[in-house]
Amino acid sequence: MSEPELTEGWVDVELAGEFPELGLDCVRVDARSGRSPFAVRDRLRELSDRFTGSKVVHMRQDPVPWAYRVFFRQVGVDPDTDRTPVERIAIERLEWGGLRSANLLDDALVIATVETGVPVIAFDADKVGDHLGLRLSRKGEPLGRGGRPMSARQIVVADEDRPLSVLFGEISEERGVTRKTSRMVLVALRVKGVPAISVEEALWTAADVLLAHQ
Amino acid sequence: MPEIVAGRRAALPRAGSVRPPTPPPALPRTAPDERPARRTLLDQVERLESELSQLFCSTWPRHGFEWSVPSRGGPRMLSLAELEVLRDDLAERLAHARRSSSDRTYVEDQHRRRIEEMLLEPERHKWVRVANEDIGEPGCKHWHVRPRWGVLGMLMSWWRVRISSGCPLPT
Repeated sequence: MSEPELTEGWVDVELAGEFPELGLDCVRVDARSGRSPFAVRDRLRELSDRFTGSKVVHMRQDPVPWAYRVFFRQVGVDPDTDRTPVERIAIERLEWGGLRSANLLDDALVIATVETGVPVIAFDADKVGDHLGLRLSRKGEPLGRGGRPMSARQIVVADEDRPLSVLFGEISEERGVTRKTSRMVLVALRVKGVPAISVEEALWTAADVLLAHQ
Repeated sequence: MPEIVAGRRAALPRAGSVRPPTPPPALPRTAPDERPARRTLLDQVERLESELSQLFCSTWPRHGFEWSVPSRGGPRMLSLAELEVLRDDLAERLAHARRSSSDRTYVEDQHRRRIEEMLLEPERHKWVRVANEDIGEPGCKHWHVRPRWGVLGMLMSWWRVRISSGCPLPT
């Protein structure tokens, strides 16, 4: 199996002008999801032991989670209502007493996010274009075939032709990973204050978990 | 020719009586560049969020503070006016949280002093009870001034401070 290659996505000119350090990194992996093996569930258990109430409270002052909080604020999202991915996982961990296993892909994304603080999402590589990036939505532009129309100037992850997901939000139904997916593209967002190495590490972590259990 | 010129001069108003018409203001040919203003506002939002996070961590485990600043229907690129409103809301929230924190700290200091006084002179603070929450600490510990040996202690004024052993076990 060949080593997956990391590619840098494009960023719309207007967005890049507003957020010069904004970026999108992608990795394509030949992997399927499915039930998580014992080793992955064990790793989740191990990771959940790292969380304590006080650590979760102080998480917002750690550099990487804080950088995403600031970005949330700057794009009009209240991070105390719509939590950043790593904070959401941490809160769920406290509420449930552990990190719950869902499936191999979701577990891999949770592991990568907890390890690095960088959120990672996945698309079906066969249903998206070759070049992914970030841009602003047009008024009434639908998210997916027959999907809801979006308002203008929302930040979306898109390929050459269409929006694939709202940033940190809803993924277009027909572009997401399903049971039939055999190739995925993992995507991580880079914002100001997050070192490139953390973003790369998040992608490699998720890819490693997926590839190690095929 | 000189007559005509003279005639025209006569028809014109005399200098000094009426001001010459001012030319209309020149309209800008390009839209003003908002980017520096937007950059400044984004930096201010970043700084305010940092201060709000610090304050949140320093007030933990106290409850009753409001941290939320309403969402603007994001994630999207906000207009200049929306960024200004966001900055103002954050500043207001921060100022309010600081005031609340300051008031709370003052009250907690009073409670700490009261605990010391209770320990020194329990008979002057009969039945007073101060909990960990009142001094901004986590846990269920509390200090309670009670009479030793019940009614007999009340009659003899044998008062003492009982310190609870902690949170009750979950049922």
